[in-house]
Amino acid sequence: MSEERRLRLLVGKVGLDGHDRGAKIIARAFRDAGFEVVYTGLHQTPEMVVQTAIQEDVDAVSLSILSGAHNYLFPRVLELLREKRAEDIVVFGGGIIPEEDIETLKAGGVLEIFTPGASTDRVVEWVRSHIHPRKLSA
Amino acid sequence: MSRSSDPQPNPERPEFQRSADREVWRRKTLAPALERSAERAREFSTVSSLPIDRLYGPEDLDPGWEFREKLGYPGEYPFSRGIHPTMYRGRVWTMRQFAGFGSAEQTNRRFRYLLEQGQTGLSVAFDLPTLMGRDSDDPMSRGEVGREGVAIDTLADMEALFSEIPLDRVSTSMTINAPAAVIFAMYLAVAEKQGVPFARVAGTLQNDILKEYIAQKEWIYPPRPSLRLITDLMAFCAREVPRWNTISISGYHIREAGSTAVQELAFTLADGLGYVQAGIEAGLAVDDFAPRLSFFFNSHNDFFEEIAKLRAARRMWSRFLRERFGARDPRSCMLRFHTQTAGCSLTAQQPYNNIVRVTVQALAAILGGTQSLHTNSLDETLALPSQEAVTIALRTQQILAEESGVANTVDPLGGAYFVEALTDRMERDAMDYIERIDRMGGIVAAIEAGFPQKEIADAAYRYQRQIDDGEKVVVGVNRFAMQEAARPTTLKIDDAVEREQLARLARVKATRPAARLAEDLAALRRAAEQGENLIPPMLQAVRDYATVGEVSAALIPVFGTYREVSVL
Repeated sequence: MSEERRLRLLVGKVGLDGHDRGAKIIARAFRDAGFEVVYTGLHQTPEMVVQTAIQEDVDAVSLSILSGAHNYLFPRVLELLREKRAEDIVVFGGGIIPEEDIETLKAGGVLEIFTPGASTDRVVEWVRSHIHPRKLSA
Repeated sequence: MSRSSDPQPNPERPEFQRSADREVWRRKTLAPALERSAERAREFSTVSSLPIDRLYGPEDLDPGWEFREKLGYPGEYPFSRGIHPTMYRGRVWTMRQFAGFGSAEQTNRRFRYLLEQGQTGLSVAFDLPTLMGRDSDDPMSRGEVGREGVAIDTLADMEALFSEIPLDRVSTSMTINAPAAVIFAMYLAVAEKQGVPFARVAGTLQNDILKEYIAQKEWIYPPRPSLRLITDLMAFCAREVPRWNTISISGYHIREAGSTAVQELAFTLADGLGYVQAGIEAGLAVDDFAPRLSFFFNSHNDFFEEIAKLRAARRMWSRFLRERFGARDPRSCMLRFHTQTAGCSLTAQQPYNNIVRVTVQALAAILGGTQSLHTNSLDETLALPSQEAVTIALRTQQILAEESGVANTVDPLGGAYFVEALTDRMERDAMDYIERIDRMGGIVAAIEAGFPQKEIADAAYRYQRQIDDGEKVVVGVNRFAMQEAARPTTLKIDDAVEREQLARLARVKATRPAARLAEDLAALRRAAEQGENLIPPMLQAVRDYATVGEVSAALIPVFGTYREVSVL
């Protein structure tokens, strides 16, 4: 059997939030860790992100949200993935997200949320142990 | 930071004696001490990784360092020591806490609370849809209405925001950029309704679109038409609203996006040069608009680096204005600025430690000569600040002003060898960047090439690696971490805010003079096509309750929209 293909991750900025420092840092850290990275750029709608995720055949969607709109945007992305029958693409993310919202989001299907102070090493380690190439694991 | 090319030593001169003394100290006192115990690191550097030497003395100043040329006197060119002759002995800085959340009524209550607590100026935070020139009922606004700031759709919201706040008695700073002219028109319309003449209206618009392309990323139109909107506003204010600061040229967001202190200094001044150049190209006389340009800097953790940055900024700006643009009015050469402590330096871990960080940062801003100051609240990495947290932040400034004694003399650090050497170093390094940008054809061309964006992204990633590797310490995060008790209670934005704002917008839309408004918007678009000043037609449209989104959209057919080419 051939070697597992490299993980493909989408790093996305949804909504009007322009704070892209974290998204860019995490995208670079993923790239340096050997993952393939698709960075969406700014001001994406949930529809645009989901379309890109499917077209680019990614294994996971990671969203950076610092605008406070996480309770709308994360569930909307999950819902659209289900609608498109692409729920095997997992969703995780990070940003300024209060603890009580994290619990609700995780209960709703977001795999993990990283908050300020998380090191890129920790995020990369988490990805290695929790995300697997879709077609092989399916 | 020691000099690489010393002039020929002259044994007759005191500098030579000092250098000789220092050599003796190095051999007799320092070397044995280092032998006994090494320093705690091989190299020392600022938070931005600028190298710092062990000791600074007169021999570390540039050859030919001249008191009069480098420092001079406060209130005089080149303003290194401050823009006022008495600085805080005359009046302390303006304590201006940025606030805005939820509905206009909620923010109005926070404003009135802050004024009662002794705050002396207002500062409005708008929500993301407003900042992007979109209405609350725009599909892109879903989930964001009133979330990070106050939602403003029409003049009705602006009237509620400033209800019972007389606009001739407060100065208001409004943090808005792409649709700044529309919001400004609404502010003027509120003043009209209060019977306050434009000449008595005072405040500041951020209106700094160039740093949006560089750092904060809230834009509508491409850079060149955006600059035209700004020069229209400068021309209008020069005639009608003389106490209004037309642009607050902002390094804050550049730093928050991850730049170094030198990059913040360089890119901010480069933006400033871009605005002055645009004003001159639009036919304005430099001394008619330059006195109303102000600046906005970040104050991060590295105390002396921040002070040096602020002092260098004043000196560099005054030289640019006089030498590059031929300004004659001393007010054109004065770099006046607001400071906000660094949001990005705060930690979600052990959040009460943030009070201490903010105190150090605020002190640096004061010693750097700021005109106004926002101190961040301890809970800002978790949510918008609670009323308790914002009160502590304001009290921090009041303690510094009233108890610490630092406001009792002008530029207390002036002449300190380290501070002066670091100020010169910041100036030199920033100048290198500005010369590179000049060679690229100016800041707009540099932005279009993605140059500042790339430099900042590189610096941000470097800094993150330094934290992850433990090379730079963040207390409570990569050192002295601990299990934590419950987090402080944070401000919650009720989801009802969005629903109520949508209902209010619908009511306004149903009752406004629709036919007249359509004419207003058509007139605005014609003015854009014909190159007329856009502020008067905007003012007319907002009087008739045009929305921020409608006014912004009316110009898109003429101006186009901006899309960023992302650089990773």
